[in-house]
Amino acid sequence: MSKFKNKKKEMPAVNTSSLPDIVFMLLFFFMVTTVMRESDLAIDAPRLPSASEVKKLERKSLVSTIYVGKAKDAKYGTGYNRIQLNDKIATPDDVPSFIFLERGNVSEAEVPFMTTSIKMDKESSVGTLSDIREKLRDVNALKLSLSTHKSADIKK
Amino acid sequence: MARRENPEINAGSMADIAFLLLIFFLVTTTMDVDSGIPKKLAEKSDVVPPIVKEKNIFQVIINRNNQLFVEDEGMELKDLKDAAVKFIDNGGGVGNPMPGKDAGASCNYCKGAKDPASSDHPNKAIISVESDRGTEFGMYVAVQNELLKAYAELRNKLCQQKYGMSFTELDKSFTAGARKDDALRKKVEDIKASYPQIISDSEPTNVQ
Repeated sequence: MSKFKNKKKEMPAVNTSSLPDIVFMLLFFFMVTTVMRESDLAIDAPRLPSASEVKKLERKSLVSTIYVGKAKDAKYGTGYNRIQLNDKIATPDDVPSFIFLERGNVSEAEVPFMTTSIKMDKESSVGTLSDIREKLRDVNALKLSLSTHKSADIKK
Repeated sequence: MARRENPEINAGSMADIAFLLLIFFLVTTTMDVDSGIPKKLAEKSDVVPPIVKEKNIFQVIINRNNQLFVEDEGMELKDLKDAAVKFIDNGGGVGNPMPGKDAGASCNYCKGAKDPASSDHPNKAIISVESDRGTEFGMYVAVQNELLKAYAELRNKLCQQKYGMSFTELDKSFTAGARKDDALRKKVEDIKASYPQIISDSEPTNVQ
């Protein structure tokens, strides 16, 4: 009889005291790897072209990003050649002031190492790129990176 | 005096709090690494560019319909790399003086055809990319990529022959050592000077 009585005993609670430790470990991992998106996109996320001969962009703090693509808001037109600087749709003429603003955030010694990353939709036209390039030359922002995905195969 | 034991603190909700934070960071994290094709723009100056002999220019034209023309003839994108390699590595004459030398010499590492009608020396060979304002950016990048591939191939080959490893590996180990190793720096600079990347972007045309 006593055998059956024993079986009625409650299950011991599972010890979950190490659960927070595991979760914290994951949490720290994600906290360390996170880079917060610095600006809201006013254009559709550009579909970047792919290339194989690419270089990684180092030192995120020295990178200023220019987006080129199709504006989300239809009032700016439906072409793929809208330029976004600092949350706003802009024209190539606004590029110099954007660069000066970015330069204000870094120390003077690091200005020559600043890179402008152009995230451009693959259907945008080279004309827009050339306009931006001309403005960048005007203000001596000479390091440029044409943002692409890394892939081994050739795609148009 | 009766010794009272400290009651245990209930930490059951700690996991919940940590989960909340974890989920926030999981959602905001983007894992992509920014990468891109590096370009260096020319400084604005009044200096008149030196006149370059026609045979030292490799003309690549992309028209507004994304068609490729190389030296005035149509070409498929897949053939561009080999054509560029052939042009750069031709070594048909005397090049510009290498750093630290007074006079230019002919290219002693070129494996090309030594065609007198093609480029003199890798450091004189200029690749000129001309595109239309209406050319798609995707096509432009693809062309730039093929040209960079041509240089990478030549550099790797020369580096393998001289130092027994590819330029990609050499550059990687140089970068891994925080660019401090002088012996490696010499090798990297030597290879880079042997095949300098001279890709010029001319102003896009505007054909309506």
